[in-house]
Amino acid sequence: MGEMPHLSRRSFVFGSVAVASGVAFGQFAQAQQAVSSAATTNPLAAGLGPHSVTFNPWVEISPERITLIAQHADKGQGVGSIQPLLIAEELDLEPDQFEIRFAGPSPAYFNTGFAHELAPFMAADQSPEAEKARAAALEWLRKAGLQMTGGSSTIPDTYDKLRMAGAVTRETLKAAAAKRTGVAAADLRTEAGNVVLPDGTKIPYVALSADAAKITPIADVKLREPSQWRFIGKPMERLDIRSKVTGDMKFGIDRKMDGMVYAAVKLNPNKGQPIRSYDASKAQSMPGVKKILKISNGIAVIATNSWYAMQAAERVDCTWEPSKYPAEQAEHWNVVASSFAPQFLAKEWRHDGDIDTGLKDGTLVEAEYRAPYVGHQPLEPLNGIGIVTDTGMEIWAGHQTPQSVQYIAATAIGMKPEQVTFHNEWMGGSFGHRLEFENIRVLAEIANQLRGTPVKLVFSREQDFLQDIPRQIAMGRYRGSVKDGKIIAADFQVAATAPFKELLARMGAPSNDPDGQLAVGIWNVYYDIPNYRATSFEVQGLSPSTTWRSVGASANGFFTESFIDELIHAAGLDPLMARIQMCKIPIYRKLMETVGEMADWKGPLGSGKGRGVAFVESFGTSVAEIVEVTMTDFGIKIDKVWVAADVGKVVDPVNFENLVQGGVVWGLGHAMNCELTYAKGAVQQTNYHHHEAMRMYQCPVIEVRGLENDYTVRGIGEPPVPPAAPALANAIFAATGKRIREMPFNKFIDFV
Amino acid sequence: MFMLTVNGLKRQIDVVPEMPLLWVLRDELGITSPKYGCGIAQCGACTVQIDGVAVRSCQARMADVAGKAITTLEAVGNGKLHPVQEAWIEHQVPQCGYCQAGQIIQAISLLETIPQPTDEDINEVMSGNLCRCGTYERIRAAIHAAAEKMGGK
Repeated sequence: MGEMPHLSRRSFVFGSVAVASGVAFGQFAQAQQAVSSAATTNPLAAGLGPHSVTFNPWVEISPERITLIAQHADKGQGVGSIQPLLIAEELDLEPDQFEIRFAGPSPAYFNTGFAHELAPFMAADQSPEAEKARAAALEWLRKAGLQMTGGSSTIPDTYDKLRMAGAVTRETLKAAAAKRTGVAAADLRTEAGNVVLPDGTKIPYVALSADAAKITPIADVKLREPSQWRFIGKPMERLDIRSKVTGDMKFGIDRKMDGMVYAAVKLNPNKGQPIRSYDASKAQSMPGVKKILKISNGIAVIATNSWYAMQAAERVDCTWEPSKYPAEQAEHWNVVASSFAPQFLAKEWRHDGDIDTGLKDGTLVEAEYRAPYVGHQPLEPLNGIGIVTDTGMEIWAGHQTPQSVQYIAATAIGMKPEQVTFHNEWMGGSFGHRLEFENIRVLAEIANQLRGTPVKLVFSREQDFLQDIPRQIAMGRYRGSVKDGKIIAADFQVAATAPFKELLARMGAPSNDPDGQLAVGIWNVYYDIPNYRATSFEVQGLSPSTTWRSVGASANGFFTESFIDELIHAAGLDPLMARIQMCKIPIYRKLMETVGEMADWKGPLGSGKGRGVAFVESFGTSVAEIVEVTMTDFGIKIDKVWVAADVGKVVDPVNFENLVQGGVVWGLGHAMNCELTYAKGAVQQTNYHHHEAMRMYQCPVIEVRGLENDYTVRGIGEPPVPPAAPALANAIFAATGKRIREMPFNKFIDFV
Repeated sequence: MFMLTVNGLKRQIDVVPEMPLLWVLRDELGITSPKYGCGIAQCGACTVQIDGVAVRSCQARMADVAGKAITTLEAVGNGKLHPVQEAWIEHQVPQCGYCQAGQIIQAISLLETIPQPTDEDINEVMSGNLCRCGTYERIRAAIHAAAEKMGGK
């Protein structure tokens, strides 16, 4: 296997992505200074009741209860469960011995998990320079204090720090018990929420809270050996499963308050543009309607019930300011196609060897790939409850960036971010939707006009579709060449709108640097191709776009792994064996060998069946997938999918499998049949029958294996998505000889 | 004024006749397990039992369901867990969980009609229930497990 090769990398000038993000987040940090004085401040301290104690931002113990704080928001990915369980692992709590509360906004909850993504080195690179850059990125993050759920970062962020929080708490409670009883701390142990004395006497943690508050927390603690773990790596029941199966779980949309009114909106479908005028005469007298309000980009109906509000909102005639982006979809594609030009060059992320010579030296292969706008459309529509008073605003909603909720709401109504109190909610999905702010801004505007009254805003599904800021639109122009059964050159050019950069701008932290997400899937490619170039162009003037589960890799992974398949085919090689032989990273080779073993890969299947393979690393996590399809009289049937993913450590194995299966369904379903298209400035798809993704009858068996060869712990929320589309396209090629280069695939082939 | 029996309790409701049952349950009665997902019977998240039959409550007008007996997820187990709920917990089906009330009610209905369903039966009956998180495989497994449990009684 030899040494880990030193990978080519983005030039190590901290003027690239890391600094860009650092500067951007730095502005963010300044805005946060007013909210909390420093990242080291424990935000729980201010709200403590009598005889209560907090040792760190994640644990609060009162004489009545133990509360564990989940800093990452739960959109369904299970982090509302695993975060407290990581604390409980070291704190010796049973799953029914604590309450879970989502964190309020605070820089104390800055996300350390972004350090790897921000440092301009490939995931497999463990060189001292790479580690140094990651350490520097971590310091930027600490300074910025950005609290964000996203980028598959929850486990990388919390795996160590929450166990440490549990250990510190445990040792401090033991010290408090030692002080009270006179027994040496070394002779005490902990079990199921108690400190246990040598004679077996138990002192509940809650009974020690007042004493523990008087001593300095014990900082010098050691984490337990994996052999001692009760939860980590073992099948466990997610803490939210039962309430979701009994109907007890309250999502944001389920919350109710005394005196609350219901609001629905009709907003300008030309995204980002204001309303010109409106006529509410038909709506005013409809049942349940209390008021009709004008807001900056539309109208809001206030009613006694969500349905009354939605019905009336649809009956308000509005005149909209037209879109600033092209009104028709064909023009969007024209703009993308014309963006492969020097003035739109974002960055040449990588250039190995000599691409021009390499391309001339063998047989040239060229192809153009497309990925459309796609909606997020979690099943829980955007919603929120807000109340504005003369001194501030309080918001209840599910969101991935609490500090940005404060910033957006405050900006909308002329307040300061620190005047906004935010309570996070359990979310019925997000997929990147709840990183955006349309519901938050609108809620603030409405509640500001009804000061003192709690307002519950619920978007209709149609409004949610129309306002959904989609995935980037992207096109890949790919060239490569093969010679003597080898790929000798690959030149990957992508033109796309810039999803992460745009999101940062909307968060109030604009950046002028190239969007690093557009490099993912073209830059971090690990095949041994001597002449290699990866370039991104940023398309201007189109629809806003944002992060959609797996972000840049969701489009680029499809382009790259489909085109690699084309080159392998041109070279006359086996798709899986060629990838394994070309792969420079031993653990990634092992991953592809594993998925091959799982599927019993033996080359072409014949008789209308085909298999495709794809391998993509995103957010540091390497995932290989094999899809098997059959061409039937009714179209393509997806028979089975095999997935191997390496996350360093599988922390929650049942949930891991569920997330991987869900990621595959997400990747396949949207590749099969989803796109958002514009006509007259508005998205044409307004409900699920237009944008269906996968349903039960199309869902194959998905066999999952988690590997633990990577040197550090990785996330799994997004990385299973990018390989799904190319593996399916490659399988369709193997079964039919038809190469599909544009999503959604159902424009070119039928599915069962 | 309409009368409705919801989870065994008689309720009086003062809404327009056209209001779909979903909003009567959620906004008027505060019963939140039936979820608003699409409003046009495309997602199944609002599924409840009306006189024992699984129905999309976003399509059931108040005037048409008045006097009938409505059961939501909160009451399908009559104070305990229904075997389908038990299977859902054992297989850890939910991710976000927003669609799962509808999935479970639909699965109960399926098993009442076809006590030992094949994968094809499950696909046919359950494909109207959308799950954006993609828990379909676990739903399938949980339905088979629930069929076992219920068949054993």
